[in-house]
Amino acid sequence: MSENTVIEVSGLGKRFRREMLSRDYGTWKSLVIRPFTQKRKRDYITVLDGVNLEVARGRTLAVIGQNGSGKSTLLKILAGIYKPDQGRVQVKGRISSLIELGAGFHPEFSGRENVMINGTILGLSKREITERMDHIIAYSGLEDFIDAPVRTYSSGMYVRLGFSVAVNVDPDVLLVDEVLAVGDEAFSHKCEDKINQFRRSGKTICLVTHDMGAVEKFADEVVWLDGGCIAARGEPRRVIDAYRQKVAKDEDTIRRSQCAEDELEKDRWGDGDVLIKAVRLLDGAGSERAVFQSGSPLVVEMDFARQRPTDDLVFGIAIHTAQEVLCYGTNTHLEKLNWTDFPEKGTVRLSIERLDMVQGSYFLDVAAHAKDGRAYDYITRASSFAVRSSLADVGVFRPPHKWELKAG
Amino acid sequence: MGQQFVQHLVELKRHWALVSALAGRELKGRYRGSLLGFLWTFLNPLLLLLVYALVFSVYFRVQMANYAVFMFTGLLPWIFFSQALMEGTGSITDAGSLVTKVLFPQQVLPAVKVTANLVNYILSLPILLGFLWLSGVSLKWTLLAFPLVAAAHVLFTFALTLLLCAFNVFMRDTRHILANLLTLWFFLTPILYPLSQVPEKYRMLVYLNPAAVFTLAYQDLFFWGRWPRWELLGVLVLLSLVLLFVAVTVFEHYKEYFAEKI
Repeated sequence: MSENTVIEVSGLGKRFRREMLSRDYGTWKSLVIRPFTQKRKRDYITVLDGVNLEVARGRTLAVIGQNGSGKSTLLKILAGIYKPDQGRVQVKGRISSLIELGAGFHPEFSGRENVMINGTILGLSKREITERMDHIIAYSGLEDFIDAPVRTYSSGMYVRLGFSVAVNVDPDVLLVDEVLAVGDEAFSHKCEDKINQFRRSGKTICLVTHDMGAVEKFADEVVWLDGGCIAARGEPRRVIDAYRQKVAKDEDTIRRSQCAEDELEKDRWGDGDVLIKAVRLLDGAGSERAVFQSGSPLVVEMDFARQRPTDDLVFGIAIHTAQEVLCYGTNTHLEKLNWTDFPEKGTVRLSIERLDMVQGSYFLDVAAHAKDGRAYDYITRASSFAVRSSLADVGVFRPPHKWELKAG
Repeated sequence: MGQQFVQHLVELKRHWALVSALAGRELKGRYRGSLLGFLWTFLNPLLLLLVYALVFSVYFRVQMANYAVFMFTGLLPWIFFSQALMEGTGSITDAGSLVTKVLFPQQVLPAVKVTANLVNYILSLPILLGFLWLSGVSLKWTLLAFPLVAAAHVLFTFALTLLLCAFNVFMRDTRHILANLLTLWFFLTPILYPLSQVPEKYRMLVYLNPAAVFTLAYQDLFFWGRWPRWELLGVLVLLSLVLLFVAVTVFEHYKEYFAEKI
């Protein structure tokens, strides 16, 4: 472990026993029969597997990943709450963990008394707490309530007091688990200030969060955990992008399997002279998708089959939001294509070069009908897709644009 | 292993401030919000004494001089012992986020329960002494043996609590079994009856009961005004040390799994 490394993790593995409620805990019988036998292997779930990490002094590491990817377990191991099953973990210096704020608060005691106890729990001496008491109270902003029992506090106040004690412990290493999301706006600004202050004073921070904005703001380095292994690690932007793509892909799979199940929701009518056999949504590369990045290409393909010869045939599509707002609709007749000589069976493609829409879920209607509007086959909600975007702009449509600022 | 044992005790001493802070909170918190507050610490044993005095001296009419106060002499240490055991056994499992969410010296938790109940016990002693005096039992120099008897008593209680609280994490039945065993144990211990009521041939069995050893010692020094039987106390201390060694070993071996099991 080099001089400058504060957190070092090598080959870390952690597994939990799979617990079924019916046999949640051992019984006296099992204790008598096999007091020290090892539990069988199939009873375990691996939560972390072969994780290697190094964090240098003064660096901020963010850990991201989907639910159940092992982020919190990693943090608890760093904090020393869980013991690793494999590998080595070393953390130098005083650790303060913001995993649970106000752990051990007693509801019947006043805020002041709880600060005293909580401070002792976090490893401060009585004198240190007395010295910092005023500062802790001022920082929490609870001067008026500090002598009221904690049970009368709102959850926000509770967290503020807990946070105030935890950050005033003056740690060398700060472990933060998704606690910044609680509390009001003013409080989260305070948290941000505090974290920035920690960073400036050269403390090492390890942050677990789903808030990518916070990751970009604070982290020097990001680790993406996926299923207990490090999927990517490095410069924030790159890792976040990789993570987002993976999430979009997973979402895509789920969405498509749901589409298949949601068959019933469709409304379909028409005389059936021409049938739409299949509808596909493709990305620029031609593979089927249900989630698209805003501004990327979208291709709609419809397979049709003519049951009766006719040349009076128009294909159309419409895109709705989930709230049934029509975003866009068009058809081959409106666009004066006047196709004739339709084959018995075929495919119609509509290529949208740029899907300039804001983030959200959308539904697609497809139709084959006559020029006078008589429907052969009209399918509402034939398909659905989601648009993902890194911007949080609002509305439906995002015209290609840029901002400029000029003096004078 | 011996090193682990020493280290455990050193750690406990290092965290003594935390133990006393939590025990203080425990004692204060017990009667928080009640009208009489801390007065209950004295009222509880007093009322208990009255109940037992009523039942055994008025209704039951036990033929023994100063029976009520005799019984009270053995009852107070028993209350300390059984309360500390009951609360201490659940101390890890009930601690919740202290165990699962923060790094916390867990051996502090059973120690807190034992300490809080010990303080409670000591605070109830003036009531015992007052009643002894009122009943005309003459207090003798033998009272000086109290710290030694109490030390053996606390040691045994602490060792057993430490062992059971670790057990209870893995087998939640422990607490319920204990509750029932304590009732049996209470009647097997000569608290409600003097040792002389036990048939001669069973006396040896009484001496095998650690709770009987400290109960008899307390009765000796408070009620009978004679020195306790040192050899029995010596055996109790030895037994307690062995038990403590086992308890520390078990606790240290399993403590890293506590957070996962709660």
